Amino acid sequence: MVKKTLIPIGPYHPLQEEPELFKLYCEGEIVKDIKWETGYNHRGIEQLSEKKTFDQSFFLVERICGICSTSHPFAFANALEEAGNIEIPNRAKYIRSIIGELERIHSHLLWVGLAGHFLGYNTVFMWAWKYREPVLDLFEMISGNRNSYAMFKVGGVRRDIENNKISEIVKVLDLVKRKTDMLVGAVMDDPVIHARTKGVGILTKQDIIDYAAVGPTARASGIAIDVRKDDPYAAYPLVNWKVITAEKGDVFAKAEVRLLEMYESISIIEQCLEGLKKEKEGEIEVKVKDIAEGWGTGHAEAPRGEVFHYVLTDGSNSPARHKIRAPSYTNIATFKKSCIGQTVSDATISLAAVDPCYCCTERMAVAYDHKTGKRILNGKELIALSAEKTQNIKNQL
Amino acid sequence: MGFKEFCFKKSLWLFHFGGASCNNCDIEILDCLTPRYDVERFGMLLVGSIRHADVLLVNGSINQRDKSRLLELYEQAPKPIVVVAIGACGCTGGIFAEGNTFAGPVDKIIPVDAYIPGCPPKPEAILAGIVKLLNK
Repeated sequence: MVKKTLIPIGPYHPLQEEPELFKLYCEGEIVKDIKWETGYNHRGIEQLSEKKTFDQSFFLVERICGICSTSHPFAFANALEEAGNIEIPNRAKYIRSIIGELERIHSHLLWVGLAGHFLGYNTVFMWAWKYREPVLDLFEMISGNRNSYAMFKVGGVRRDIENNKISEIVKVLDLVKRKTDMLVGAVMDDPVIHARTKGVGILTKQDIIDYAAVGPTARASGIAIDVRKDDPYAAYPLVNWKVITAEKGDVFAKAEVRLLEMYESISIIEQCLEGLKKEKEGEIEVKVKDIAEGWGTGHAEAPRGEVFHYVLTDGSNSPARHKIRAPSYTNIATFKKSCIGQTVSDATISLAAVDPCYCCTERMAVAYDHKTGKRILNGKELIALSAEKTQNIKNQL
Repeated sequence: MGFKEFCFKKSLWLFHFGGASCNNCDIEILDCLTPRYDVERFGMLLVGSIRHADVLLVNGSINQRDKSRLLELYEQAPKPIVVVAIGACGCTGGIFAEGNTFAGPVDKIIPVDAYIPGCPPKPEAILAGIVKLLNK
């Protein structure tokens, strides 16, 4: 009889955006079941938001997630503007979309780097993060901060992107485009990456529908779900772009979708910059005195999928009820499908591929055999196991 | 040379604990390792176990669930250990200090040697903070 073992990943482990505990139940090397616990990152944001005014809440929702720190204010602004029936100027729409797409570029670069790290390709990690820096420099130029840009407010944006800054943005976009070519070449043509990611962590179309997954996770399985197309907001209806999808649903397809999406983002930003030149400088907001009693919903396409905000207003200056749904929450549930039946070394990249919003380095996670008290595997050894498999495939080719 | 100076004379190994944070600080810490900032040239290395670490970096507000784990980590750490609170949340609780699950800023739970404020602090600020601490 095969011995059953339990491998915990977390709660403090880099595979996830939030500190979370995953338990892999294994028989031999095959993952038979997976369970997870959340709550390590609970900060009571919805309740906090109800204590703050609308203007203050923007700074709060921005800090739900540091990597998607534009998409939450984006959705919140959409919700408030629906509740208050506010139409914002075109220049503000363009600026919002530019910030949103720049964020998508830096987030996808971050994911590519970390995915490379988990496969044992630290070169990809270093490259991707190196070329992410110019994008963060752009944010610093526009907003004064590398992350958490505080660009959004009800009725528009806080800061203008002056026309003399456009040439600098175009320069960085050219650099990013060239470097994306390089990364696409490195990922799409590498036989080892093909061997490690193709057919791994497959999610079928039906799985996506069953688990209500969103974003690149869904798009990689052939479902063209994208809030920017389905319910257009900001400047997305004013520019030309297409939704990137792939059919296979495995880790490779997810990487492909994210890399190709970066080209679309660059193209959207370029068109928005053209639009920006036509609008008058300084017309970036409408003055909003109060928001009437009622409710509004808003969504935005974060790099990881749809962010949804619901705001109930009672005529005062703070939300009476604020409901938030972030994309990772639904995407995490797909682990039930993507990881079961995989080997432990493939589970690492399957977890990483489904929920890309992870950060930081190795944290301690040691598994002890329940009966013998013997140490089994920790997070670092999981990565080492994954790297070893890559090396073996390399040697065989 | 005192014992503490002797311990921190050579390469420092860092262990990173992210509490209930928004991940910005986590990413800026990781950013320190990548080519532009590259702390590894100073011998600093992020390690996977607290038992190997000289410095404990803590960021994010600490909620009820994280508190016991942070205490446990501090107890397991080889002494002397330097604790650095990173970011507004690590220093004071920041914007989440009024939250219903907030369990106190880091310095109410374990002794803190240095504070690096900012939301998030830039990688330069994190490096400067650690250098200042070592020269103290």
